[in-house]
Amino acid sequence: MTQWRSICPAARLPVERGVAALVDGEQVAVFRTSDDRLHAVSNHDPFSGAMVISRGIVGSRGERHTVASPVFKQVFDLETGQCLDDPAVSLVVHLVRVHDGVVEVALEAQALSA
Amino acid sequence: MTPSSQARRTLVVVGHGMVGHRLVELAVEKGLTDTWDVVVHAGEALPAYDRVGLSSFFRGTTADELCLVTDGFFDHAALDLRLSDPVVSVDVDTRTVTAASGRVTGYDALVLATGSTAFVPPLPGATGPGRFVYRTLDDLERIQAASVGRRTGAVVGGGLLGLEAADALRSLGLETTVVEFAPRLMPVQVDEAGGQALRRLVEDLGVAVRTSSVTQVIETTDAGLRMVFSDGDPLDVDLVVFSAGIRPDDALARAAGLMTAERGGVLVDDACAASAPDVYAVGECASAAGRCWGLVAPGYDQAAVVVDRLRGGGRAFTGADLSTKLKLMGIDVASFGDAHAETPGALELVWADPVAGVYKKLVVSDDARTLLGGMLVGDASAYPVLRPLVGAQIPGNPADLVLPERGVAPVGIGAAALPPTAQVCSCRDVTKAQICAAVSEGGCRDLRAVKACTGAGTVCGSCVGLVNDLVTTELDVLGVVVSNALCEHFDLSRAELFEVVRVKGLATWSAVLAEHGRGRGCDICKPTVASILASIDGQYVLDGERGGLQDTNDHMLANMQKDGTYSVVPRIPGGEVTPGNLIVIGQVAQDFGLYTKITGGQRIDLFGARVEQLPLIWKRLVDAGMESGHAYGKSLRTVKSCVGQTWCRFGVQDSTSLAIELELRYRGLRSPHKVKMAVSGCARECAEARSKDFGVIATENGWNLYVGGNGGFRPRHADLFLQDVDTETVVRTIDRVLMLYVFTADRLQRTAPWVEAMEGGIEHLRAVVMDDSLGLCAELDAAMVRHVATYSDEWADTLADPERLARFTSFVNAPDVADPSIAFVQERGQIRPARPDEKPLVAGPTLPVRHLDRIVEGVRA
Ligand code: SRM
Ligand SMILES: Cc1cc2nc3c(=O)[nH]c(=O)nc-3n(C[C@H](O)[C@H](O)[C@H](O)COP(=O)(O)OP(=O)(O)OC[C@H]3O[C@@H](n4cnc5c(N)ncnc54)[C@H](O)[C@@H]3O)c2cc1C
Ligand code: SF4
Ligand code: FES
Repeated sequence: MTQWRSICPAARLPVERGVAALVDGEQVAVFRTSDDRLHAVSNHDPFSGAMVISRGIVGSRGERHTVASPVFKQVFDLETGQCLDDPAVSLVVHLVRVHDGVVEVALEAQALSA
Repeated sequence: MTPSSQARRTLVVVGHGMVGHRLVELAVEKGLTDTWDVVVHAGEALPAYDRVGLSSFFRGTTADELCLVTDGFFDHAALDLRLSDPVVSVDVDTRTVTAASGRVTGYDALVLATGSTAFVPPLPGATGPGRFVYRTLDDLERIQAASVGRRTGAVVGGGLLGLEAADALRSLGLETTVVEFAPRLMPVQVDEAGGQALRRLVEDLGVAVRTSSVTQVIETTDAGLRMVFSDGDPLDVDLVVFSAGIRPDDALARAAGLMTAERGGVLVDDACAASAPDVYAVGECASAAGRCWGLVAPGYDQAAVVVDRLRGGGRAFTGADLSTKLKLMGIDVASFGDAHAETPGALELVWADPVAGVYKKLVVSDDARTLLGGMLVGDASAYPVLRPLVGAQIPGNPADLVLPERGVAPVGIGAAALPPTAQVCSCRDVTKAQICAAVSEGGCRDLRAVKACTGAGTVCGSCVGLVNDLVTTELDVLGVVVSNALCEHFDLSRAELFEVVRVKGLATWSAVLAEHGRGRGCDICKPTVASILASIDGQYVLDGERGGLQDTNDHMLANMQKDGTYSVVPRIPGGEVTPGNLIVIGQVAQDFGLYTKITGGQRIDLFGARVEQLPLIWKRLVDAGMESGHAYGKSLRTVKSCVGQTWCRFGVQDSTSLAIELELRYRGLRSPHKVKMAVSGCARECAEARSKDFGVIATENGWNLYVGGNGGFRPRHADLFLQDVDTETVVRTIDRVLMLYVFTADRLQRTAPWVEAMEGGIEHLRAVVMDDSLGLCAELDAAMVRHVATYSDEWADTLADPERLARFTSFVNAPDVADPSIAFVQERGQIRPARPDEKPLVAGPTLPVRHLDRIVEGVRA
């Protein structure tokens, strides 16, 4: 079963920017984009090794919603986790939703086992 | 010797000046060096340098920058450059040259390229201390040394070079007089009326002019030198520079028995061959096609002829264009073609505006249809377009070519109207067709590439504007869109975007995006727009939408490091810090366990702070009366200072106070890229001001201001912009240049490339901020006043507002938890980030990395 974890009130999420959350020991970067969609990916930047994806700039490339690593500026697709500058690399994508005004995240591992 | 090297022949070149070097370059370019070895004897200690640009030495251009030899050029196996070893004799029978060192070299071909020497009129007292000529870098260094502490100078000779020399003396701070024997300045190039207009312009520069003045004797007095003239009062000066013409240096040739011309110069035929077999002469030492040509372009042409002949070709030198343009700060004079209307039946079209100091004359054929020549005084902007039109049919009404209200390059005579054979660059003999081909066939996509590929525009620079026009037109023809769009979301460049935001008064990202962009933005356009908005209204950078636009560093008001921690760099204006503040910084570092290092910018960097620690650190600084500083952001970094007059025995002004004033004035101003400044207390330059965007160096009389310096990736010395000005002028000028930079530079363009790319260069910049040539100064001043008035400590502002503080946590759902991925080890008594193999096992990416498109669908809220 998907194990949803409460993160924070939905109002606490900035628009077009991310926050980091600690979910069962995992660091998750949660974003709300200007069209009010939520995205959750691993906070781990595969290029620098630092836990900083939540501090990147969000935006778009073509139709895709993206976040750019603040360290070396690689751009990732928020939907799929795919790095658009280096197709061999991806971020782990987690599940995210708003439930009763609260943001909830489910880690990818738990989602898989569901 | 191997057989193959025996088969090689030897070319000896005497003289490594501009033309001698061009010949060697061509020998390599054209493959002559496949079969020839080239030995070059140079009289000077420095390899060939740009004599045409010599005067820029006084504006800060170094000998290195003037050097014409590209790095590694003489590493070529076939080339042998022998510096400081002039040839003392030539023996055309044994085919050998003997150098001052005693070295004897045999030649299969010999080229004399000894140039010319400055002519010093044979009048009593013409030589001795305080008397100089203006020809070599050594001469200029001597003049510079002699001018220190002196007040007055005179130049004998009011021609092209004399005026350059006069301007140089003036820039060295001397009250300068030009003494010309003819009734007007530049008698060769301009007529009586043009001479009058020119005289006024020169006098406006602050240079006194004496025409029809024959110097009879130069006496040495107790106070210095006294020049006595055939009529009028004598003139007392500290030093005299002769610039009364040049004499071809043909002494070697005479001694070797070669024929020379009546008025001097090695006599050569149209192959540039002298009167002995296999001996050639090129450049200013040669008398070719009936005369000596005192310009570099004919010399380059002659060099090409010799190289071609040595390769068995038939190229000939039959004469050259004597068009010239004076390269003087603020004075435009050009003369081209038959400027004095000597062609029978020639008509003169004259336009003069004595108030504006403009005089223009065009010489046309008797049917007024062919352009024969002309002169332009006070406004020579049409020169690059007119010169190549000489000999061609005038498109339309000839009056259009001179009348100002019809524009600089009237319709029909712009770049597009030139015939393909028109010589656009006379210095390097490059035609319009060659420039267009470099673009259409050679793949060049900008001016820089075309200059590198064709050589056009690389000597005197007067054709650069036209070359640029041709490149743009040709790219247009090819349908190549030269995109300066910011990114996929904005078609405008940063400068264009700045302009529309400013003019329309747009104040939010949404408005800017809605009016000029598409999509949702990215890490390129968002910070750019954030910076533009901040430059214009100076509002707190994190409020509302603006927070989302900022780069990580601006977003956290600190510098992110490789491990995700931050550094804090307290502002230390001008590098001056009280012991008390030093202790506070040390205490903060100790209490938070931060790694501490002195930066290259005269302040102290504290590393290893976690997001949630930043406000606590700022609070300690703010409470002690300090602020955190911008080591991030595209904004002012530091203003370095030296200790200056206050303590240093050499200091002549209070450099530290000025540095502090500048840092406090410009801190926080958001700009296209970071901005650095420095102030040195004397010419020893301990603050390294010339490597900064803005550098100020103290003089006895005030300050010299330099702009456009850069350390970093491509170091560049700043250009001298103002001399001996007071503090108020320094500040007002920096205000304007800095604001103009903020208004018009490209994204991530430092001031150095900005100045370099500026059309019209530093002169244009000077005109804009000193003479208000664009009428922008009031606006620039107002923008700076607004910045200074609205500056607010952004760290203190953050502390004052709980909502602003809320973002400074590591985890939104665990505000008290420190990021467990951050780990340090000890090194030399301080922390440093742990390397991966040193890290304890902490939460990390324990999950496989792969795509999740499958499950994402339908689950997302
Ligand atoms: C801390 C410091 C090194 C030190 O330990 O001394 C430093 C550190 C960084 N420099 Fe620097 N530079 C530091 C002085 C300099 C200097 C010397 C100076 O300012 O006198 C230069 C050459 C001068 C110049 O800029 O012209 C310098 C030329 C650069 C450049 C190249 C700029 C260029 O135009 O080529 C970069 C890269 C960039 O900005 O794009 C850079 C970029 C950086 C960055 C921001 C790189 C990064 O993105 O992480 C470093 C982060 C600083 C931080 O605290 O996180 N740093 N950097 C110095 C801070 C001085 C200060 O108090 O503000
Ligand atoms: C201040 C200034 C501004 C100028 N501005 C312009 C301009 O705007 N446009 C323009 O077209 N021209 C200009 N000129 C002229 C231009 O510089 C010359 O036409 C050009 O340098 C001639 O080149 P050259 O090689 O013949 O002579 P040079 O450049 O004078 O070189 C000759 C070299 O030969 C060396 N030499 C002499 N004798 C010997 C020997 N026996 N053995 C070895 N070496 C020897 C000399 O030391 C010298 O280095 C300017 C000149 C000056 C001084
Ligand atoms: S020189 Fe390079 S490594 Fe050193 S501080 Fe500057 S940017 Fe960082
Ligand atoms: S005309 Fe002198 S560089 Fe082109």
